[in-house]
Formats: sequence, C-alpha cells, structure tokens
Amino acid sequence: MAIIKTENLTYVYGEGTPFRKVAVDNVNLEIEEGELVGVIGHTGSGKSTLIQHLNGLLKPTEGKVFIDGEELWEDKKKLRDIRFKVGLVFQYPEYQLFEETVYKDIAFGPKNMGLSDEEIDKRIRETARMVGIKEELFEKSPFELSGGQKRRVAIAGVMAMEPKVLILDEPASGLDPRGRDKILGQIREYHEEKKNTVLLVSHSMEDVAKNASKILVMNKAGLYCYDTPVNVFSKSQELMEMGLSVPQITRVFKRLEACGINVGEEVYTVDFAKKLMMKLLSKNNLEA
Amino acid sequence: MLKDITIGQYFPGKSVVHRLDPRIKIIITIAFIVMLFVADSFYGIGIGVVFVLGSFLLSGIPFKMMLKSIKPLLPILIFTGLLNLFFISTGDVLFEWKFLRITTGGATTAAFMIIRIVALIIGSSLLTYTTSPIALTDAIERLLSPLKKIKVPVHELAMMMTIALRFIPTLIEETDKIMSAQKARGADLETGSFMQRAKALVPILIPLFVSSFRRAEDLALAMECRCYHGGEGRTRLKQLRTAPRDYVALFTTALFIVLVVLADKML
Repeated sequence: MAIIKTENLTYVYGEGTPFRKVAVDNVNLEIEEGELVGVIGHTGSGKSTLIQHLNGLLKPTEGKVFIDGEELWEDKKKLRDIRFKVGLVFQYPEYQLFEETVYKDIAFGPKNMGLSDEEIDKRIRETARMVGIKEELFEKSPFELSGGQKRRVAIAGVMAMEPKVLILDEPASGLDPRGRDKILGQIREYHEEKKNTVLLVSHSMEDVAKNASKILVMNKAGLYCYDTPVNVFSKSQELMEMGLSVPQITRVFKRLEACGINVGEEVYTVDFAKKLMMKLLSKNNLEA
Repeated sequence: MLKDITIGQYFPGKSVVHRLDPRIKIIITIAFIVMLFVADSFYGIGIGVVFVLGSFLLSGIPFKMMLKSIKPLLPILIFTGLLNLFFISTGDVLFEWKFLRITTGGATTAAFMIIRIVALIIGSSLLTYTTSPIALTDAIERLLSPLKKIKVPVHELAMMMTIALRFIPTLIEETDKIMSAQKARGADLETGSFMQRAKALVPILIPLFVSSFRRAEDLALAMECRCYHGGEGRTRLKQLRTAPRDYVALFTTALFIVLVVLADKML
C-alpha cells in the first residue's frame, strides 16, 4: 500500500480575492514506502505547497490526502498524530530553534509526542549521532553554533520524532559544498538505516540524481511526472524547456550523443559515467 | 490565517483624491475635523456631510469600504447615541415609560452626535484609504519639519515609522512560517488552558525575536553601507510637489468652512 497518496489535490491561495492563485492543481500521486524521493521544480511550481499538505498544515481546497491509508482532515483531532508520522523540515530550519540548549531543542518534538524521558534521551543521542552533532554540544545554546551545526540540530529535532515519512525542504540551501554533501549524505544514511520514506525537495539536479530512488517533477502547479531517475532524465529536453536543468554529466552525454557518440544508456551520475567509460574503453581496446 | 490581516488600509487608485499631495490631504483632513466641530446646527453638519460624501465619490473608493470603516466603531456610536437619547431632557417629551424618557432635545442631540462621529470616521479613513502609508509618513515628516528647530528628531521618527510599516508584512510572513514549523514538530497552539497556550507561544516568540534582531542588524548595516547618516542634507527621489489641484482642494475646503459658519449664523 502506498504510504502517501493524493487524490485530485488542489490548493488555491486567496480564493475570492484579486490575488487568487492556484498553487497546486489536481495532483494525483502515490508514493510507496521506503522510497527516497527527490522533489524538483522551479520556484513557484507548487513544491512547498504540496509538501505542506502531506502533514496537514494546509487543508486542500479540493481533493484528498491519505497517509498510510488514513485520510487527513477526516478527523481533525488526529492531525497532530499525522504530524508525528510525517516529519516536515522547512527551509532554513535553523530559524525555528528556540530552546536554551541543543539537547532541549531536539527534545521538543519527542516531548510533544508524550514519550518517556528515557526514550527521549535515547532518540536524542541516536539522531545527534546520525546528523553528526557531538554530545559536547548538547549543553550549548543553539544560538552559539555555526550555521551548518544549527541546521543539523534543527533536522535532528524532526528526525528524533522518528516519523515514518521525513520531508525536507531544501535541507542544503545556503551551505557550502562540503556542508551540503555532508547533510545530504547523512540524510541518505538515515534513510538506509531506518528504511523509511524520505522526500527531498531540492533545486540541485546533481543532489537529486545522486541520492533519490524516484523523482517527482512539479511544473506550473501540476505534477509533471513521478518516475525513476533514468526515466525522468531521459526527458532532458522537456526538463530544460521547463527551466529545469539536468545534471551536468547528463548534459555532457547528451552532447556526445548529438555528436554521434551513443553510449546507449541514460547517464546521470558521475560515478556511473566513470564505470561506463571504463567499460567502453576496455571494450574498445580489446577490439583494437 | 495570519495572512488575512491587513495593516494600513490603503486602497490603490488613480482618482483626484489619490493624486493630491499627501501634505495637503492631511491639512484638509484636519480642516474637515475643525469644520465638524465648528458646526453646531443640522445645516452646518449637513454641509460637512456633503463635503465628505463628495470627496468619497471623487475618490472612487467602493461604498462598502466606507461601511467597513464605520463597523469597528459601531459600539461607540450606539453608546453615544443612547446616552444622549436618554440623559438629555430638554424640549418636549416624546416618549415616557417608567424611568425612561425621550425628549426632542435628546433625540436631536443623539442624531447630531452620531452624524458628527460618522462623518469624522469617514473623513479620516478616506485619508488612509487614498494615501499609502509611506506617503503618509513622508508628509508627516515634511509637515512637522519646523519642529526640528526645537530639536525634535522629526526625520528619525519618520524613518522609524517607515521601517516599522515596511516590516509588518515581513514579520507576519515570518510568524506564519515559524508557526508552521513548530506545528510540524507537534506544538499544540489551539487547545489547552490560558496558561498552556501562553506557554505554547514561547517556541514562536523566541525565534521571531531572534530573527527580528538579525534583520535589524542587517538593515542597519545595509543603510550604513549606503552612507545613511540621518536626515541632514538628504534629498529625495520623489519630491512632494503641490499642483494646481492641491490649491483648488484647499480653496474648496476653505469655502466649505465659511459655508458652515455662515449656515450656523444665518439659519
């Protein structure tokens, strides 16, 4: 059974005013459990609005959202439980830190769930390890940390709720290349360790290509496609027309194809490209 | 939703009233208030009402906006009306029931007061409907500039007002975001006792304060980088200039005040 399902999901901002805008238009979607989904689309394509529906922060203007088979908004009292099931990390999550210490801040979510102190402690230590926050930092004020550390503490705050679905809106934005690789790597490790569903909203095709098992493309408030990276990047022409880029390495191979060198496969990560090149080269050597 | 809050009630348009110099508009509004208080007969106040309704028609602001501006003050209107109606006991008795007594004097005063307050509200909201908050602070700064002579920091006050107005929407958006983020972490803002709810605001207020200070610092730095050093010697991109229509408006207002005085005296 799909863990996330939407039926004709539509959301309209400012209904009945001159500022009316359809932000999400008739989206039908089914995401299976255990996927790491990369969500891409340019600014204003409805990504952020879509993900805020998945934990009941926004109420659909029309259509339905199901999490784990349960319909959201059927019973308003259950919404809070849904928010523990679907953890949402907003863009620039470090702006939500408020506690006196790092430890207490990570504890905020689990505490709201009503867990026991031992369980909370266990989860804090586990998630802090996963995002690479050392225990020495626990008693520090979150406002004393560096930007990257703050970001990881904020992400840990949501991870510690152990949601079945973790959604991250641009978790790496505004970080330097090393910081982004680190955070994305940790998210992937978390996904592999917990085997849960992760949705990763990103602008960077490289990041999505490297990490995701499925890719969801939003365009002009609608769902353009939801498919495996190979299938999505095979439509590179359409993606570029939408104003989205494809990974650089894919562009290189598309260009080679245009020059008459066809490798016969979709290339979207550098690692794969390397392997493929090595294979082709050794084959050519043998023939020669 | 927080987004529905509108602060400042500027209603964009291109009418004559919109295009008047904001300084002139403030002066006219003050003159209009004087006009209403000078008037002490129904003729006088009638002329005042004609003046404000005429301006309203010229401004092209929808009629329902006028009603909307009166609505929040309805309780005060009713209270004033009832107080005057029952406690003024001059003139003939119109109606009597136990301790309640309505006299002609009471009825006319009540009607007079209500008309005066309604006209006052409509007149002053017309100013805020047709003038953007920024233009308004600009005009206030210019009008108050003589006070600089006695060391009142007029420019600084106006700049503070402008910055405050500018950041209201930003802060609303920010609050909205932080609220969503904390709700996503299971913060419960809607239920619980008063104390619990007050406590639930902590996770929202602290990040909001932190980001406000950060913004203030950024803004101060950005202003300094552009060599801002207060109002001294500062010139403006958009100069306030009076046009012939401003004098026409002033003259018309003066004419109405004279009419009001004459109407009160003669009739």
